[in-house]
Amino acid sequence: MAAPAGQRRLDIEEVGDVTVARFVDKKILDENNIQMIGNQLFGLVDQDKRKKIVLDFTNVEYLSSAALGKLITMNNKVKTSGGKLRLCSIRPDIYEVFAITKLNKLFDIKDDQAAALAGI
Amino acid sequence: MSDAVRLDVRFATDPAEAMLVQAQIVDWLKERQYSARDLFSVRLALEEGLMNAIKHGNQRDPAKSVRVFCEVNDHNTYIEIEDEGIGFDPAEVPDPLAEEGLHKSSGRGLLLMRQYMSRVEYRDNGRLLVLEKQRTLE
Repeated sequence: MAAPAGQRRLDIEEVGDVTVARFVDKKILDENNIQMIGNQLFGLVDQDKRKKIVLDFTNVEYLSSAALGKLITMNNKVKTSGGKLRLCSIRPDIYEVFAITKLNKLFDIKDDQAAALAGI
Repeated sequence: MSDAVRLDVRFATDPAEAMLVQAQIVDWLKERQYSARDLFSVRLALEEGLMNAIKHGNQRDPAKSVRVFCEVNDHNTYIEIEDEGIGFDPAEVPDPLAEEGLHKSSGRGLLLMRQYMSRVEYRDNGRLLVLEKQRTLE
């Protein structure tokens, strides 16, 4: 489902049968922004019925616990629908946030997009 | 050496207002050439602390306000965030690292603040949050 213009917070690309969603923003902090990201992410599963999804964090320099919450909800949705979700290209500062919260154990995280696409 | 700067503001329960305060404080750290790591830490803690005050403290009630006091100098950043809610006991906050907490979509803010700041303290029955960051020497 295409997000309305001006609210698109993810660049979506199809690579074979995998949907790659790249965050547009450097900072995933502000609440409205996080809400829009959540809506766009959930749309990939709920409306578009995508089964294999890679979230690319190349651009992301900051995120908050509210953003982590959206990612967890997304992970739960994908699993419930029988799909697969991978995260990739997370810079060390951001990876540390995942490690502190132990979410690096919950999510399937790969170093880069190529690794995330391999065998998903 | 730069002079210490101080801010003491009260604003309506509104995330947009909180973002402005956050941006001002982060700018002061940048002006004093705090490290990227310190900037990351303070920005993250401010975001978590301010959103907790707005969402959990004031329950998004626009009639209530949030007060922020901050002092930044070359060595240290001191922040107070005060809400007008009913307060809470930090010891009662569920552990987000427990197995049952891992799948929950909220409850990680306090953990992150404690990890990234030099001091995190709640006073006045949880209505006043004190955050402090000692500048990292490079």
